[in-house]
Amino acid sequence: MVASIIFIVLIVVGTAWFGRNVMRIRKNILLGKDLNRSDKKGERWKTMILVALGQKKMFQRPIPALLHFAIYAAFVITQIELIEIFVDGVSGSHRVFASSLGGFYTFLISFIEILSVLALVATFVFLARRNLLKIPRFHMSEMTGWPKLDGNIILYLEIVLVLCILTMNGADEVLMNVGHSHALGLTGDTYGFAVSSIIGPSVFGGMDVASLEILERIGWWGHIIMVFTFLNYLPISKHFHVLLAFPNVYYSNLKNKGQFSNMDAVKKEVEMMFDPNADPYAAPPEPAGEPERFGAKDVTDLTWKSLMDAYTCTECGRCSSMCPASQTGKKLSPRKIIMDTRDRLEEVGKNIRKHGKEHIDGKSLLGDYITEEELWACTSCNACVQACPVNIDPLSIIIDLRRYLVMEESKVPSELATMLTNIENNGAPWQFSPMDRLKWADED
Amino acid sequence: MSEKIKVPTVAEMMATGEVPDILFWVGCAGSFDDRAKKITKAVIKILHGCKIKFAVLGTEESCTGDPAKRAGNEFAFMMSAMQNIQVLNGYEIKKIVTACPHCFNTIKNEYPELGGKYEVIHHTQLINGLIKEGKLSVSGGDFKGKKITFHDPCYLGRANDVYEAPREVLQKLDAELVEMKNCKAKGLCCGAGGAQMFKEAEKGDKEVNIKRTEDALETKSNIVATGCPFCNTMMTDGIKHFNKEESVEVLDVAEMIANAMDL
Repeated sequence: MVASIIFIVLIVVGTAWFGRNVMRIRKNILLGKDLNRSDKKGERWKTMILVALGQKKMFQRPIPALLHFAIYAAFVITQIELIEIFVDGVSGSHRVFASSLGGFYTFLISFIEILSVLALVATFVFLARRNLLKIPRFHMSEMTGWPKLDGNIILYLEIVLVLCILTMNGADEVLMNVGHSHALGLTGDTYGFAVSSIIGPSVFGGMDVASLEILERIGWWGHIIMVFTFLNYLPISKHFHVLLAFPNVYYSNLKNKGQFSNMDAVKKEVEMMFDPNADPYAAPPEPAGEPERFGAKDVTDLTWKSLMDAYTCTECGRCSSMCPASQTGKKLSPRKIIMDTRDRLEEVGKNIRKHGKEHIDGKSLLGDYITEEELWACTSCNACVQACPVNIDPLSIIIDLRRYLVMEESKVPSELATMLTNIENNGAPWQFSPMDRLKWADED
Repeated sequence: MSEKIKVPTVAEMMATGEVPDILFWVGCAGSFDDRAKKITKAVIKILHGCKIKFAVLGTEESCTGDPAKRAGNEFAFMMSAMQNIQVLNGYEIKKIVTACPHCFNTIKNEYPELGGKYEVIHHTQLINGLIKEGKLSVSGGDFKGKKITFHDPCYLGRANDVYEAPREVLQKLDAELVEMKNCKAKGLCCGAGGAQMFKEAEKGDKEVNIKRTEDALETKSNIVATGCPFCNTMMTDGIKHFNKEESVEVLDVAEMIANAMDL
């Protein structure tokens, strides 16, 4: 009875706190500018199934992909077991589905156990990859402090979780062996679970019933406590990708990667200039509300999709490992662009919650987080976009920030200023006369 | 090229009451850059040799606005784009071929929303089509027994998913086509895109084109083939950096086909 109440309180508090933090993230994402991604639903579902569910892009690098898939599969399949844990926890029963599902129950739990062991192996390999092997993408300048710790914490949690599952099932197996099963209507001397029927007796065999019962409870409570620890760790961690990967891929850009957005505000102004019927002295129509900023200075100038990208990133660094600028020692790292966007958005969100929407803290994404030097190192080659397993687009953020720099602040490297002047005056990026454009045809 | 081919402009053609089947968009590099002009002439040789009714805009062509847009100046882009669209629509152009992936990408993807809707193809796609239709046959040339590697231009490959056309064309040559370790969707940029062509690179420990040239040299190829005038410049500079210009040549796919085609 007391256990049931504690269990229900844990579930309610754990879920409510998680919900509160998810709603905060949702609010932050909606601070972004409008962008219509509600088209092509069929293609979007297909992309989501292939890229998010099927992890298609992960398999460009097969070894980490297989390891990651083991953890991913264990994570998804283990949730089935939670149904039973909830029923048992609330009603005080023990393995409520064991007798009714019979052989299928044994199969399910065995399947979960095998996946959990695979996940455990993958976790240890991942810890080694992060901390022992010198894999460059885990050791770039943005991967110190919290991001590095964050990457390890989740792996430690994973180990504890799997050990809890195996302790719970292993102790239960031994209890069954010695005829102290708590599961109603179940006879026999083993559950027959694939992993714990072997390691249970070898680790816990010979222990007295009271100790076994305590061990089983530690495993059971440890498991559910870890589940809720994990759930509430997600929103403050890069591991939020386990949830956002799906919507983020669904809403990803389906156009050719080379197609940059055309800015409507600029289009309208230039169209007026080209319109022979327009009155050259007419005042431009009053824009409704505040005049829109060209490009992005802060996170709220970016589209909501860029902000969702920021919360989806799990800092794997595949983008930066493929980026020509990062690979040649330039300051630009596409992963840092995304992490900066998220960190600044968190800060803006906190400011709004504390001081209200009108609060200005005098900081901005451009300048305080991302420098001009980083922005100008980009070749717009789309390698980062291509590399991202969850279709994050760092390039669109870079271009939005460049647009602000150039069109609002006229801050542009001097050689590019010359190039732009040439385009405007000569119709070519170099200083050639437009009248000479066909000269090549007469040359040998 | 020895014989001079008459290059018709759209204006001249229209004056005689004719309409070109395809417009050859030469681009700024193809018009003004000495190295890229050779690529332009190779395309002309192929178009002429295959008896295609083509024309160029000549002095009526101007920058597509690609480098302005990538540099963040949407105004300069929009001005260039609308001016070009006015010209193209004025001549009722339906189909465009270009040897520059940046022009290709911009006209194909970014002009339609602004009222410029055309069928746009890259010259490697045109050549591939001509070979498949039997209008162009390739047998001769200086490439017998040579090793060729193809460097994917970002704005042709990743940006528009054109990977096979240039490779299918190169396979027609009597040579061995080898891939660099990073190719196709994983291809490394030459360092010129996003308006980098027109400025010094930011501080780092290496130039991007040097890194890409290392990838190319690793294949031990005699020829680095490209399909972009800017990649061509970057790779040529890279080869010079390693003093390999005696043994490794950087050529555009069009130049190779113009050399090897049967007339």
